Amino acid sequence: MLELSKLSKHFGGVRAVDSLDLKIEPGQIFGLIGPNGSGKSTTVNLITGLLGVTHGSIKLAGEEITNLPTHVRLENGIARTFQNIRLFGQLTVWQNLWVAENARAQRERSSFLSRWLGGERGARARITRALEFSGLADKADELAANLAFGEQRRLELARALAAEPKLLLLDEPAAGMNPEEIGALDDRIRQIRDSGITVLLIEHHMELIMAIADRIAVLNFGQKIAEGTPAEVQAHPAVREAYLGAAD
Amino acid sequence: MDFYLGLLQIMGVHTLLGLSAYVVLQTGQVSLAQAGFMAIGAYIAAMLTVLSGWPLIAALIAGALVAGLTACLVGFPALRVHGLMLVVATIAFTEIVRLFFFNFDYQIARGSLRVGPLGGEGFRQIRYFPENGWTTLHVAIFIWTVVALVMAALWWMDRSRAGAVLRAVGEDEIAAQSCGINLTAVKVSAMTAGGAIAGLAGGLYAHYTTHIEQSNFTILLATFAIAYPILGGLSSVFGTVAAVIFIQGFLVEGLRFLGDWRNLLFGALIVLVMNIRPSGLLDARTMATLRRLFSRKEH
Repeated sequence: MLELSKLSKHFGGVRAVDSLDLKIEPGQIFGLIGPNGSGKSTTVNLITGLLGVTHGSIKLAGEEITNLPTHVRLENGIARTFQNIRLFGQLTVWQNLWVAENARAQRERSSFLSRWLGGERGARARITRALEFSGLADKADELAANLAFGEQRRLELARALAAEPKLLLLDEPAAGMNPEEIGALDDRIRQIRDSGITVLLIEHHMELIMAIADRIAVLNFGQKIAEGTPAEVQAHPAVREAYLGAAD
Repeated sequence: MDFYLGLLQIMGVHTLLGLSAYVVLQTGQVSLAQAGFMAIGAYIAAMLTVLSGWPLIAALIAGALVAGLTACLVGFPALRVHGLMLVVATIAFTEIVRLFFFNFDYQIARGSLRVGPLGGEGFRQIRYFPENGWTTLHVAIFIWTVVALVMAALWWMDRSRAGAVLRAVGEDEIAAQSCGINLTAVKVSAMTAGGAIAGLAGGLYAHYTTHIEQSNFTILLATFAIAYPILGGLSSVFGTVAAVIFIQGFLVEGLRFLGDWRNLLFGALIVLVMNIRPSGLLDARTMATLRRLFSRKEH
């Protein structure tokens, strides 16, 4: 689904991401972990095009997307959520989804007028379903800024899904959640995977990622130090060293 | 009576000017170029009726189109600058336009008179309304019909997906891009629409005052243009109208009996209102409450 080869991002002398190779198979939940500052969020920003790459290439389903602008990558099927929630606070819950659903309409080349000015019936049905899936059906007319924290996280996820992506990038979706909410998030991510969307999950919460990831890569100082199944990664000496310090 | 009709005309033109800034502000861009676009619309429309004998409506539309096209061209380079830099760049644009008309002579003989723009002297004798027998009342009604049409179009746009997209860009450009929004297209479209509306305001202004000159279209006017929507609130077109009535009707005219003290109070009242209602006279919360009161559920 997604293939990064020799991907690098340098900020002056700092190699935030350094020659990273990753291959994510369709239908996987792929975990990306690493200590703070190891380059995880930079990687997400490179994949979505918010940052330009220094070297290397990014391929989505075999197609080169390295130099496409961010909004075109969403049309091609890459959606994301943010580590620190970025909703459109002064728009209603409904409008937040309506904005994002446009990418799907664009992909299907529905006509200009119906897309921008009309309330396409299909779009309405789709947004209503997304609200029900996220448990926000009764909040449709609420301003996004007035939602509780957990609801905002759910809305951001719904907004990413509204574009009907092939690949979903989740940047620390469990940050600030209580164990009960994390349990619900776990179920939801599995449902998303089962609906045919590939997931790249960045997370600090080890219990969650070890439970649901099919495969995990570990970054440290911008480089991949290990990759494998959760069990393999946990047993890997380089990973223990990166997280716990050298045991000498 | 004529005094109130005159006031109504001023308020109509200023409402259009405020709405032109309203569209641009929704995308988070603070533009002081609106006075420049208004000047372009004013001169083009007036030249077409006076020098080429065009009918008024065609001339107004042409003025709006030229102003919109200019705004589109200004929009592309302006995209590369943000915040205060954009303010400075658009101030420069308004000044360039003003100085252009300060030096612009294009007069032709009309009987014993010479008509057309004459640099610093301005453009006199824009006599379409008196020549065609329009009274002040007709003009006021005509201006407010145009205002109502523009307001209806913007109100409709606000409720459409396009409106949501404009606001999304205004709130968070990074999130907007990540939601598949083409920032360039959205910002330039907003600039273009805003420029066209300002051009329309200019064309109407030129014809009801019958005399325009470069000093009508200064940074001060551009400041008023953005003050209306900011003071009125960005959640609805009615906020801009409310602010125009408040400033032009209440502050400028209503306090005239105070003599010289008026100017002092003028500034103080604007500051006071902004403190009491920091997100505008009609903010999102008020609009939501009003909507809940007045309409059935929409979705």
